[in-house]
Amino acid sequence: MWNYIIRRLFWVPFLLLVVSFVTFLLFRMGPGDPVLVILGNKYDPQSQSAVNLREELGIDKPLMVQFVNYARDFFQGDFGESYRYRGQPVRDLIAAKMWVSAQLSLAALLISTIIGIPLGFFIAHKQGKWQDPTIVTICLVVMSIPVMVFVPVLLWLLCLKNLWIPFWGGIPCSGWGGLFDQRIIVPALSMGLPGVAVFVRLMRASTLDVMKQDYIVTAHSKGLSPFVIDIRHVFRNSVIPIITILSFSLAGLIGGAIITETIMGIPGIGRLAVQSVFDRDYPVIMAITLVTAGFFAIANLFADIMYALVDPRIRYG
Amino acid sequence: MKLMIHDEKTEKEITTFKNEGHIHRAFSRLVKKKLALACLVILAIIYLSGISVDFISPYGYTDQDYTQIRQSPNSSHWLGTDRAGRDVFTRVLWGVQNTLILTFVSMLTGGLVLGITMGLFSGYFGGYVDAVIQRSGEVVSSIPTFFLILIISATVRPRIIEFVRLIEDNTVLEGLIRGGIVDYFVISLSLVSFGWIGTARLVRGQILYLKETQFIDAARSIGVSTFNILFRHLLPNAISPLIVTVTMGMGSMIGAEIFLSWIGLGIQPPRPSLGVMLWESGNISVIRTEPWLMFAPGTVAFLMVLSWNLLGDALNDVFNPRTY
Repeated sequence: MWNYIIRRLFWVPFLLLVVSFVTFLLFRMGPGDPVLVILGNKYDPQSQSAVNLREELGIDKPLMVQFVNYARDFFQGDFGESYRYRGQPVRDLIAAKMWVSAQLSLAALLISTIIGIPLGFFIAHKQGKWQDPTIVTICLVVMSIPVMVFVPVLLWLLCLKNLWIPFWGGIPCSGWGGLFDQRIIVPALSMGLPGVAVFVRLMRASTLDVMKQDYIVTAHSKGLSPFVIDIRHVFRNSVIPIITILSFSLAGLIGGAIITETIMGIPGIGRLAVQSVFDRDYPVIMAITLVTAGFFAIANLFADIMYALVDPRIRYG
Repeated sequence: MKLMIHDEKTEKEITTFKNEGHIHRAFSRLVKKKLALACLVILAIIYLSGISVDFISPYGYTDQDYTQIRQSPNSSHWLGTDRAGRDVFTRVLWGVQNTLILTFVSMLTGGLVLGITMGLFSGYFGGYVDAVIQRSGEVVSSIPTFFLILIISATVRPRIIEFVRLIEDNTVLEGLIRGGIVDYFVISLSLVSFGWIGTARLVRGQILYLKETQFIDAARSIGVSTFNILFRHLLPNAISPLIVTVTMGMGSMIGAEIFLSWIGLGIQPPRPSLGVMLWESGNISVIRTEPWLMFAPGTVAFLMVLSWNLLGDALNDVFNPRTY
């Protein structure tokens, strides 16, 4: 077990190194001279200030030297300086946005799980009856609505039509006010409701799996009430695999919030990523990619370890 | 009596089991599912009208009629007109055509050809080949999908446009960029970048199990070539989970294509695409004044994604009856 964890932990920095190399090459081959991004398009790339700036940024050196420098700084926690926001370290820039996105993802995940897990548990008991396919289909319908349609429709329904959530400025409910602000409702719903389908399916499969086990038959035969069996034996065992994937889906949501954040004007990591791509602010987008990739790798590892911890039958060689 | 009928039914099913192939059997089971059938019909209608938009609609996608600006749906403009007086129905169908071409091309090249080949190699040869393919899959999938396609399309597009300009300037070929070839190529490339991993992992898993079976041993012992073992003996046995995965993957492919055009890195205006239309009209004031501008492309996109998802769900039941 420890062997396995250590081996996996060694793989994470290596994975980050490969990801950073690939993204680094993509951006260096990509369009736009960083100097022109900073000084403006009208500037003469050969002028003295451009040459000086190039030297300062270290982009006059060969590509491989640049990469080694970047990787060394990155693993020391220095992500460089933003091209767009001069003088702002990338680390501070993305840390603030990361926190916003994490809160939003947490709210969305809460919605998905609170609706999805009981629903999945319920329809597993209704296997073969009409409730089962109906609820699965409804969840798929919600999942299939394009987010760019879902968000305005939700806004219209909740804010304008019924006035459940009051106006905020020109665009209703837009902006960001933290986890306990009313303005989080629409974005969290738009990200959380499509995710219900995932949890319903997982919970349904896992509950069906548990209900077939011998110990459930034993519990029935020794005369326990079905309610007690459901709560004490079935639910607790079937929710285990779901808990293990929670960390993974939290990491996934951070990357997937691009559309919602862009529409709702939420200063999160997805919106920053889109802006940086269009501004050609390469240090920022590189840092975002690497940090999210790192999150993914660690969440993946965490899920595997959790899996082994909660279920002692699983062994890793 | 009831039991008798039931028995006859099973008897009939058993005889059909013997006569028909695996895929045929699954298909006949699929046809019995009304929902799946409805999805197939919806997809067929949407795609066919997308392909034949030239014959269906009397308008072109850039035809502007300034006397007919922001008309609500009526007899001459079935889905109304937009702010430039263009027919929404025509533009939606052209958008469907673009989505159709892009997602099918990406699925065929990335999801099927690349994914299957990688999965077969990875599972059959094992060792270093397996490690390299699996690790590169892990690298790609560690970047969130939308980031990945964002990065690829943003960085690769200008280089490809430069390259195509060079071709246009030095050869007799004209209108490559105006025709949208570059857009198609860049979008496909970014969709392929993540599309292959799912199928590769799936095929690998199947092959790892299948290659230990006796019929593969037998094939190897009589000297069947590696190519034939891979594509004629192993692949057909892994086909049913593959069909399910590909069908379910189509939904997310369509979503990714619409996302790319929506963010401004996919199909470029004035060429119509569902993503661009949703970007132009995806706000609350449009819902209040011209809802058809958003709901026309939105509903079509929704129906396409939903049909693929439900179809995938039904196919899963059909191919893996044990789960039901």
